[in-house]
Amino acid sequence: MKFQLPTSNSQGGGARNRRLGVGDWLLGVVLAACCVVALLAQTPQTPPTPPPQQPSEIQLVISGEPGTPPRYAVPDFVALSPDAADAAKTLAQVLWDDLNFEREFYMIPRDTYATIPVARTAEDVPFAAWRELGADAVVFGTVQKTDANTVRVQVRLFNVRSRQAVFAKEYTGSAANPRLYAHTMSDEIHQQQRALRGVARTKLAFSSDRNRERISGPVQNRDVKEVYIADYDGENVRRVTTNRQLNITPTWAPDARGIAYTSYRRGYPDIFIALIYQGIQETPTNGVGQNWLPIFSPDGTRICFTSQRDGNPELYVMNRDGSNVRRITNNPAIDTSPTWSPNGTQIAFTSDRAGTPQIYVVGADGLNLRRITTGESYADRPTWSPAPFNEIAFSARSGPGFDIKVYDLAGGDTRQITFGEGSNESPAFSPNGRHIAFTSTRSGRGVHIYTMGRDGKNVRQITRDGNNYTPSWSN
Amino acid sequence: MKRIATVLILVLSFTAACAKKQPATVASQPAPPAAAPAATPTPPPPPRPAERIEDSVPVPAISEDAIGNRSLEDLNRDSPFRPAFFGLDSEELDDAGRAVVAANADIMKKYPTWVVTVEGHCDERGTAEYNLALGERRAVAVKTYLVALGISPDRLRTVSYGKEFPFDTGHIESAWAKNRRAHFVITSK
Repeated sequence: MKFQLPTSNSQGGGARNRRLGVGDWLLGVVLAACCVVALLAQTPQTPPTPPPQQPSEIQLVISGEPGTPPRYAVPDFVALSPDAADAAKTLAQVLWDDLNFEREFYMIPRDTYATIPVARTAEDVPFAAWRELGADAVVFGTVQKTDANTVRVQVRLFNVRSRQAVFAKEYTGSAANPRLYAHTMSDEIHQQQRALRGVARTKLAFSSDRNRERISGPVQNRDVKEVYIADYDGENVRRVTTNRQLNITPTWAPDARGIAYTSYRRGYPDIFIALIYQGIQETPTNGVGQNWLPIFSPDGTRICFTSQRDGNPELYVMNRDGSNVRRITNNPAIDTSPTWSPNGTQIAFTSDRAGTPQIYVVGADGLNLRRITTGESYADRPTWSPAPFNEIAFSARSGPGFDIKVYDLAGGDTRQITFGEGSNESPAFSPNGRHIAFTSTRSGRGVHIYTMGRDGKNVRQITRDGNNYTPSWSN
Repeated sequence: MKRIATVLILVLSFTAACAKKQPATVASQPAPPAAAPAATPTPPPPPRPAERIEDSVPVPAISEDAIGNRSLEDLNRDSPFRPAFFGLDSEELDDAGRAVVAANADIMKKYPTWVVTVEGHCDERGTAEYNLALGERRAVAVKTYLVALGISPDRLRTVSYGKEFPFDTGHIESAWAKNRRAHFVITSK
């Protein structure tokens, strides 16, 4: 049997019962070298060395007691150089948070590990003590600064019962952001243990007035809004636009390297694309009309957007470079807020052609229009879930504000997932369809980005500065 | 005695009426002269604080020119234009809104070189995304009426700000009502 360590790009299903032949790599000798470069979405990977022949068979997936999720423990990593002590703590805490996020594992709280002897090497992990704490899986990791700017991180995931390592990896790269190594481990462990695409390395883009600058111009007291990005957990915030105007409704390109957004830098709304790792800016609409709310097709080749170029807010589709503009809607009412179906053949959008804003679906060719929402007084910002879920989330008027609801395209049912905790708007699905980012006023101190599960549970506040709007979740 | 009181009341109310009629001109008066620059030659420090010398500045007569002569910033800070307000979720100008737009059209006719941007604004009762389109429709509704009243479309721009720039940040109906508006901004004169 061919041995292969799981990589971040492997999408193979059926990992639960996969049995791999493994030789004496259990001794921790075989570690796949993996170079993680900060801010690179595609992690370059070196294929692992094939294992020796005559493998024994081990169970790769760690299970819990029957009917319960496996219980994971993530103690502090071991700092192999004194200047890596902070990173050792950060790695463990972030990995714990990341593994907790998908709710596939029961994460044993880190403040209950005090009685467990600290392992200095992979050979002296105190399995009996971990078993006593009820752990099914325990992480052992080390971190070492190899020079001023470089770290080497090693991690193993042990099955506490069999005392076998089922996952082992080594990473090296920049020391600037240790969190990225934890995010990478989490995604790879979710992939291996659950055949699940994790989101720990994804990012959120949003618009914010956190810099508290005022727009200079003929009208006073108008707040600058710029586009920002942050890791999915709200850390590592970076400002993308710097024009001190109104910059809103950012939306990720599928390659997670470009952000299309609406900017008023010319005094009216128009669409810009920032290639954030190259410092390049594109203006695909070529100065035709006023244009806003861009959204990339799932394959990244086209952009759907709203424009008043023909005198009324209508939907258009253009190629990413601005060529081949086609009008999708033709109605004297408002048509806006487009979102693509995962296969790019349909577009859901908002129209008030029936008197109030409601959600409709139309083919990307403009044909086969049908209305989705019927029980709402006001519905906007549809966002189509990625596979495997076939759902459209939207914000619906509810009392003085809005709540997030989810429409199931297969069954035709609508379920509500926020319930008047402030006003809740602008839902955006995570790339695995399991989470929704949205804005809420629930803290009572400004408008902030939150994430929640697609069931409305596990709500986390992502932003804390200023006011923050219209999140978009990267691949 | 009663006569004097009546005259007094008349004079007072007349003054008040005048003050009400021309609120815009108050801000148009030249700013009071700045304090004389402290041109202090460093070597010999003056024994006493320098004598303050102020030049009298003539105040121009209250006239329409007071509007025409003001800078764009001053004009928009204390605008001769009034905003037109809209109902919840509505892009239609009601009677009050049409009266405001008609009065604004008269001002535009008096200053035929002015170019005006009609900004469409919305309240937080609507969503951020849909409001961008609703504000556009509000601005276009006002522009359409202005053109019907004889204003050249070349002098009119429209832009929607959705609910991005609330005029009143409160979360009550009186605030929302102020934010559902077409706001006139003079962009060149």
